[in-house]
Amino acid sequence: MPDLLLELFSEEIPARMQAKAADDLRRMVTDKLVAEGLVYEGAKAFATPRRLALTVHGIPARQPDLKTERRGPKVGAPDAAVQGFLKATGLKSLDEAKIQRDPKGDFYIGLIEKPGRDAIDVLAEILPVIIRTFPWPKSMRWGARSGKPGALNWVRPLHAITATFGLETEEPDVVKFEVDGIASGQTTYGHRFLAPAPISVRRFEDYEAKLLDAKVVLDPDRRKDAILTDAKQLAFAQGFELVEDQNLLDEVAGLVEWPIVLMGSFEPEFLKTPDEVIRATIRNNQKCFVVRDPKTGKLASKFILVANIEATDGGKTIIAGNERVIRARLSDAKFFYETDLKTKLEDRLPKFEQIVFHEKLGTQAERIERIERLAAEIAPLVGADVGKATRAAHLAKADLLTEVVGEFPEVQGLMGKYYALAQGEDVSVAAACEEHYKPQGPADRVPTNPVSVAVALADKIDTLVGFWAIDEKPTGSKDPYALRRAALGVIRIVLEQSDRLSLTPIFQAAIALHIMRGTDATFEGIVAAVRNPAPNPTFLQKRKSIAADNLVSLIGDLLAFFADRLKVQLREQGARHDLVDAVFALGGQDDLLMIVRRVEALGKFLDSDDGKNLLAGTKRASNILSIEEKKDKRSFDGAPDAALYSLAEEKALAEAIGEVKAEASAAVAKEDFASAMSAMAKLRPPVDAFFDKVRVNDDDAKVRENRLKLLNEIRSATRAVADFSKIQD
Amino acid sequence: MDASLPAHMRPERSFQGFILALQRFWAEQGCVILQPYDMEMGAGTFHPATTLRALGPKPWNAAYVQPSRRPKDGRYGENPNRMQHYYQFQVIMKPSPPNLQELYLKSLAAIGIDSAVHDIRFVEDDWESPTLGAWGLGWECWCDGMEVSQFTYFQQVAGFECAPVAGELTYGLERLAMYVQGVDRVYDLNFNGREGDAKVTYGDVFLQAEQEYSRHNFEYADTAMLFEQFKMAELACRKYLDAGWRDGGNRKQHLMALPAYDQCIKASHVFNLLDARGVISVTERQSYILRVRELAKACGEAWIHTEAGGAA
Repeated sequence: MPDLLLELFSEEIPARMQAKAADDLRRMVTDKLVAEGLVYEGAKAFATPRRLALTVHGIPARQPDLKTERRGPKVGAPDAAVQGFLKATGLKSLDEAKIQRDPKGDFYIGLIEKPGRDAIDVLAEILPVIIRTFPWPKSMRWGARSGKPGALNWVRPLHAITATFGLETEEPDVVKFEVDGIASGQTTYGHRFLAPAPISVRRFEDYEAKLLDAKVVLDPDRRKDAILTDAKQLAFAQGFELVEDQNLLDEVAGLVEWPIVLMGSFEPEFLKTPDEVIRATIRNNQKCFVVRDPKTGKLASKFILVANIEATDGGKTIIAGNERVIRARLSDAKFFYETDLKTKLEDRLPKFEQIVFHEKLGTQAERIERIERLAAEIAPLVGADVGKATRAAHLAKADLLTEVVGEFPEVQGLMGKYYALAQGEDVSVAAACEEHYKPQGPADRVPTNPVSVAVALADKIDTLVGFWAIDEKPTGSKDPYALRRAALGVIRIVLEQSDRLSLTPIFQAAIALHIMRGTDATFEGIVAAVRNPAPNPTFLQKRKSIAADNLVSLIGDLLAFFADRLKVQLREQGARHDLVDAVFALGGQDDLLMIVRRVEALGKFLDSDDGKNLLAGTKRASNILSIEEKKDKRSFDGAPDAALYSLAEEKALAEAIGEVKAEASAAVAKEDFASAMSAMAKLRPPVDAFFDKVRVNDDDAKVRENRLKLLNEIRSATRAVADFSKIQD
Repeated sequence: MDASLPAHMRPERSFQGFILALQRFWAEQGCVILQPYDMEMGAGTFHPATTLRALGPKPWNAAYVQPSRRPKDGRYGENPNRMQHYYQFQVIMKPSPPNLQELYLKSLAAIGIDSAVHDIRFVEDDWESPTLGAWGLGWECWCDGMEVSQFTYFQQVAGFECAPVAGELTYGLERLAMYVQGVDRVYDLNFNGREGDAKVTYGDVFLQAEQEYSRHNFEYADTAMLFEQFKMAELACRKYLDAGWRDGGNRKQHLMALPAYDQCIKASHVFNLLDARGVISVTERQSYILRVRELAKACGEAWIHTEAGGAA
């Protein structure tokens, strides 16, 4: 079966857009082929800085013929209806129609045959549409035609289209079409500098080979492999090790058609600047790799660049030019670093008074003050020194105002650590300057140093509570303040701590700090008012700078958000999310570690036969109860009356419930959830026996009511560990 | 590169020879070679030969040197390559010719940058000027890892779609010349290509000016006067725009787009000076930029109703 070769040859396509563009091209063409009944065997797309290419092989030469039947008028229908039918079906007379009998009578059936078209004609129709509707993230017009309406939009000026179709054994045909004055053909061009002459191509195999001869490596994966292998080799030959960087590799492979890897050096004195700053300078500004000494792990004064040409002087000029630029960049970076060291971190803080963090949440200075106070509240709960936590929170954001971080935002925090150490801060304070941003994402490490933990929690909780208070919560895919990440960060830090930590009091303190901004209130006064189970609305109203209408619901709402995040987190670890719901439904659950332990114990219990049967029994009790509750329009709370038990199974169940309740509660109080579950297991035989032998809806109304109350007791006994009604079967 | 040039005119020896080589190259491509615009501006793009001529249907090919003033970039002559005054070489071709990239590469060859030994790359860089209400797509052009030019296909200028699109090239002359001459400090550039006593360096010409203007821009520029000048330029611009409509209100033809646009250039430069003096707060900054943009848009609107702007 024939193959398609398509190439769109243009001026330089931004590196970051190439991979998706190749994928879009493949998807759009193959989807359209399938929709046209042309089922192909395989397809692959490629991108270089100057071309998008696609090969689709095994396309049928013709579309299949389409046969459709059309039901016409009844036999003997008026002539007008018959004529209409003939016209619609293209039949010459009724002789060509079949007659079909169904319960309503005899009908004419017209058979319409739509012959399939040649695939090459279909392609000539679909390809220009795909080119015109191609989803570039940003596209442009150019040249003389851009003055007229309907001009083509492409990522950069499009110069040539190659489109051929045919069998391996034959000379393929050009798929003939035109887009905005560019006619398809079979001529492309090689490397811009090394082989710019036109090349005539037939099909994918000779296309890829001729491009290679013309110094173009079509496949981005091959370019990446070549760069990586050569870069490693070059570093190794000099006794160094390449610092691998996948994003940089992807980008660099999108900037060259013919990668040539070269090594340059810079003055060793620049190595006094922190490695991360050197790497950021060389990587961000120059798109070059750095290498390290494998023995010390420290950077070496070398860099690796990827050129796009095989230079006639072997690359000497290119290396010298890049060295010049890198020297200038590194001397800027060194200057920034040394300038930064001259100012103490705390001396930078007054500037934050001028910088708005969020219009409704005040300045950065106010935010830092809140984080300090909150870190002091959290410190004793996580075993951190209050003084150190406060100091760390005081300094942690100061590096945002340094020259180096201004230039390279990705080293924020890290520079704070270096500058804190340089000015003689405690090691844990310096560490917190870096670690309080952590964890940044699911792969990032979680801080464990208690001072870092206190500041990291304070930073994240201040953000969460603040945005909750001004009702800027994440919705759907929109989370501009990365609040999901902040909540997940809190969850991971707390769980890794393996320490008990109630979130509610911390949230209350954070709320108090937000409320008191710009007012005369004291923290203690406000926090007491917030913690008051019946907050005095006028007291708070007068001292409120944010419009959080209901502080109690704010905390509940935020805890529910944490529950959601925790569910996501546990689900990723393979736990059942309904168990999280069952535990959260108990209410008052704000201790993440306890929640997780309960969920784990519950999961294990429900895997056992006892657990499964108890769950079934409890559900049965619940179902009966809800039916009867609806019937009687009342609930069956309250203790059952022992005097009304007439059957042994009733008494046995009541006794078991009493014992299990006491035992489970005691175990829960000791946070021994496994024992609480074993206690629950004891309920199973009496529950089973009860349902086996006892008729709940007794004729005697009193007995019936008492039995329903007993069922309600099962439900409430199980609530010592979880709300079983939330558990899915 | 033209081999017949005398040594002191060769682009790798002489800053002025370098400029002349570029001018000559683009003259041969049919560009009109203009002289710098006689007003202070932050970039060659502000020249009416680019901003205004990029609008409207009429073909336009021009090249010129534009002294560019960026008051904030002054370093009292102490930084090896940052200055508050430098030269840009600007090329504008409307409609953008199909071989603009090739022409650009040939222009590099004309100033001694040989693509057989230099690694020349087109790296994505989308251009936007908030003050001019303009944007375009293109690249920064790299030579051996150094950004040497900006290459842009204008899509919109002064808030109007470019139809047809103009291609714009901007060369950072000092930086390129430093590379070609192999010097690390801009003030060491050989300006006139002579040696010994006859040699004049870039520092001889501009170092004192950099020191004086840095002092002026950061310390002494009269801010009360500048605030007043901004307002006056803004008012004058509006006044000329209102007065320029022929036949009053029907807005069919404009007769004073260029003088009005001068006042927009003026306002923009005054704003840059105020910004360098640090007397404009972050929030005010945005509103000043918007005010200049409104002027630029109104001037663009007037321009497309002039003869050169394509009005019937």
